[in-house]
Amino acid sequence: MIAENFNYDAPTSLDEAIALLHEYGDDAKILAGGHSLIPMMKLRFASPTHLIDINNIPGLSYVKEEDGYLKIGAMTKEVEVEESEIIHAKYQIFMDATKLIADPQVRNFGTLGGNLAHGDAANDHPAVMIALGADVEITGKDGKRTVGIDDFFQGFYTTAVEHGEVLTEIRIPAASGNYGSAYHKAERKVGDYATAGVAAMIQMDDQGRCTKAGIGLTNVSPLPLRASRSEEVLIGSDLSEAVIAQAAQYASEDCSPSEDLRGNVEYKRHLVSVITKRMINKAISRAKK
Amino acid sequence: MIKCKTSKEIGGMGHSKKRKEDARFIQGKGNYVDDVKLPGMLYMDIVRSPYAYAKIKSIDATAALAIPGVVAVVTGKDLEKYGLHWMPTLMSDTQMVLPTDTVMYQAQEVAAVIATSRYLARDGKEAVMVDYEPMKPVMDPFKALDEDAPVLRSDQEGKTDNHIWHWEVGDKEKTANVFDNADVVVKQQMHIPRIHVASIETCGCVASYDKVTNHLTMYMTTQAPHAIRTVIALVAGHVGLTEEKIRVISPDIGGGFGGKVPVYPGYVIAIAVSFLTGAPIKWIEDRSENLQADSFARDYHITAEMAGTKDGKIQATRFKVLADHGYTDASANPSKFPTGLFSIGTGSYDYGAAYMEADAVYTNKPPGGVAYRCSFRVTEAVHAIERMTDMFAKKVGKDPAQLRMENFIKKEDFPWASPTGWSYDSGDYHAGLQKAMDAIDYHGLRKEQIEMRAEGKFLGIGISTFTEVVGAGPSQDFDILGIKMFDSAEIRVHPTGKAIARFGTKSQGQGHETTYAQIIAEELGIPMEHIQIEEGDTDTAPYGLGTYASRSTPTAGAAAAMAARKLRDKAKKIAAHLLEVSEQDLEWEPGKFFVKGAPEKSKTIQEIVFAAYTNHPEGMEGGFEATHYYDPPNLTFPSGAYICVVEVDAETCDIKVRRFVAIDDCGNIINPMIVQGQVHGGLTQGIAPAMYEELIYDDSGNILNGTFMDYLVPTAVESPSWETGHTVTPAPHHPIGAKGVGESPTVGAPPAIVNAIVDAVAHLGIKHLEIPVTPFKLFKELQNVGYFKKTT
Repeated sequence: MIAENFNYDAPTSLDEAIALLHEYGDDAKILAGGHSLIPMMKLRFASPTHLIDINNIPGLSYVKEEDGYLKIGAMTKEVEVEESEIIHAKYQIFMDATKLIADPQVRNFGTLGGNLAHGDAANDHPAVMIALGADVEITGKDGKRTVGIDDFFQGFYTTAVEHGEVLTEIRIPAASGNYGSAYHKAERKVGDYATAGVAAMIQMDDQGRCTKAGIGLTNVSPLPLRASRSEEVLIGSDLSEAVIAQAAQYASEDCSPSEDLRGNVEYKRHLVSVITKRMINKAISRAKK
Repeated sequence: MIKCKTSKEIGGMGHSKKRKEDARFIQGKGNYVDDVKLPGMLYMDIVRSPYAYAKIKSIDATAALAIPGVVAVVTGKDLEKYGLHWMPTLMSDTQMVLPTDTVMYQAQEVAAVIATSRYLARDGKEAVMVDYEPMKPVMDPFKALDEDAPVLRSDQEGKTDNHIWHWEVGDKEKTANVFDNADVVVKQQMHIPRIHVASIETCGCVASYDKVTNHLTMYMTTQAPHAIRTVIALVAGHVGLTEEKIRVISPDIGGGFGGKVPVYPGYVIAIAVSFLTGAPIKWIEDRSENLQADSFARDYHITAEMAGTKDGKIQATRFKVLADHGYTDASANPSKFPTGLFSIGTGSYDYGAAYMEADAVYTNKPPGGVAYRCSFRVTEAVHAIERMTDMFAKKVGKDPAQLRMENFIKKEDFPWASPTGWSYDSGDYHAGLQKAMDAIDYHGLRKEQIEMRAEGKFLGIGISTFTEVVGAGPSQDFDILGIKMFDSAEIRVHPTGKAIARFGTKSQGQGHETTYAQIIAEELGIPMEHIQIEEGDTDTAPYGLGTYASRSTPTAGAAAAMAARKLRDKAKKIAAHLLEVSEQDLEWEPGKFFVKGAPEKSKTIQEIVFAAYTNHPEGMEGGFEATHYYDPPNLTFPSGAYICVVEVDAETCDIKVRRFVAIDDCGNIINPMIVQGQVHGGLTQGIAPAMYEELIYDDSGNILNGTFMDYLVPTAVESPSWETGHTVTPAPHHPIGAKGVGESPTVGAPPAIVNAIVDAVAHLGIKHLEIPVTPFKLFKELQNVGYFKKTT
């Protein structure tokens, strides 16, 4: 549990960090909260020669509503999300999700940006962001660009963040009207990756008809998965029990889990179905409040 | 409430005194082995085998030795020159220190890298190139006995199979006769899986050999420092390291649970390297090494049977065990007990016939068989008997609580001779179970269960009423490598009435510095705050066999009381001298002797002790010091009545422990707060194998969950709010009437939990569930009975 030798830089501006990434090339990694990267280094699964610690760069940590978006700075720690008043009031899905991420010690360090940029389908925030329809802001040498969450995850530990770039902000269309969201994962014990996890967002008109829906799935496919057929059956519907059952069924059919110590394919599909149903219902009941 | 004989100031038995050791632990001032730093110290890391069974074709250390700061790479061939490449296990089997040609399990030690820093040692380890020729390992213990199975221990002369030993106890014919004529027989195959103690501190040592004085000081994480010193002398005596030249110091230990009883190869390598270089060598395992290579616990495959009448009278049990010991039998059992105290498996019930047999086999798994918070295989036995009792109750259609009440050994029938040869010292099983049932509202729960089932919800209630057997042990039966299992206490009271007491045991979190002081305070009336307790240094402490198997209070705790009584006898003589009366005229109350009928004429223990140094009677030895080696006349038999309530999610199969009531009877209680803490910890280590923990290997011998990511140690989140209580049935033969308690909850909890889960889904056709019962496993079982549809 001892990492190989590495060099460490702690720039104080984004420009400096980006310049260092270009200087060091492919062997450099960004250190955010470190709770995915450091264990991989200690197990010698990863051996970057340079770590660029971006914790000293000001202005990357915030939760705010602005221009019709909920904006979360990439270096916002899980604990700051947990304690945010905006989150408590309108985006309960984050309360569900962050509480299921490891333990308080990890949440005191782990960042939302890091959770996404690690590009692991087993992480919890990717599914949440899919359900909420997030955009991701990426900053490079030539300025900022924005990538939709559906184009963000590209492969195992691979995202739209190119070398020499830094994920800087997450933007979520602001909650409006009858809006509710929820997340749950089945896990073997606290701190475990999901056996299966489901994020749901529902928006309804005053007649109870679904106007917007988002369903994201955790750790049941190689990439974080949007359950598109589930969303389609929900949008425009009256959210009846039968519709929700159909959405749950589609989610369990459309995911592609693999067997591991957490369970076989059958069990994981079963869990996706049960949790999808429960999370849609939870999102609906929150939307009604 | 517990009645105390001493004042709060004296703090004898029954007082919930805060733990004396905690001040340093909670302030980060503990002194663990990794805190030991010596001048010129070198660091060791160990190259381990990626294969479960392979020939070593070559070991190339060139690249490792080229790293500046890497001092040496040690292989089995190097140790062979000194005859140090093999060592005995505590069960008189043999174990490689480092292999010369073959590796026998994944993560086995292959070579050691010595460097000037911990980091360089790790880099050096990465650079050692080992060329292996993998062979097909034997992983299934049942297949290990097949005719065509490779003979794994070809190092043993004349060995033609993988069988280690056969053991049996009880009356085979009589038992068979009862089974043949019984109304009802239940039978179940069950596996008590391989698990790991996973203590928070891993194992390690600093071996420091002084070439000038020819003296070895060994700082190490050991639960049995004296026994380990003897073992080191047996292993290394031929190179000049005889017992008087070895000092073992066991500093603060962060959890042992049986895993710090054995001698691991790393210790021996560190000694050998220090012996050869003259430099102190530090070796500290990392978490994965600890989990993957150090001794496992359990791994018993049991075929259990119970016979009885149709109206619910238990008449006989029969257990057949296959024990998977891995590559060598490295159990830590008393020598005459290859299955430990498994024969306690007739449980708390009154019947006359039992027969148990066991066979042990070698496989290509890490060696072991340690008693994980368990008095030598009692956990396996209790699981079998408590599961069978529930299955039998179900078969005859009786409530499991009622059936237990009807079959318990009665309070008045103690001492009770068990059909497997034990003499249970005492117990009141009816009172314990009744108290647990009242605490949890057992009958109310049964009503609620029916109501919930009507709504499609699953509630389960599980009982375990176990008998433990702890305090090894009486010297006619109990020894380790021939050394009798008594234990010791030495009390020295200074002229000002303050004391130091030393013991042959070694606390790893049990709170000995507090409880031993309370025992002495109880007997001598010296305030427990004035009594310093020391353990773990073989140069200063009296010889003892160490702390495991809940033996410290039954043995060393008794020794403390007996040594203190010797001192009280001496105190009486001195008091008579000082008060100028005869001894017969004196009476004792905690802290002083006074003259009968004239209580104003008295001498405090402090005045008496001072006189022992300043004004003792003629003809009496000066000083105030006593030693006692306590050889227990019998083991102690703690018991418990545990009731667990679980809720099972009918859709996800999630299992939630709603309540858990544990009523323990450990005889007289020394410190109620410490006992409660012990029970809380033990219950959490009971929920672990019941619902979470199991070391899993694939057919190629790879461990599939060799890190804490997949080896699921439960945390506070998984633990329910434990509800504890007690009944008090003192051990009649023990000086202070105490029994061990540290392990009762680990032993008793798993079957209560499993019985509850089985009970929750029994109406769906489930009869038995193997541990750990995970939601995934339960899902599959519920598919098998048709509750969930199979889709593939």
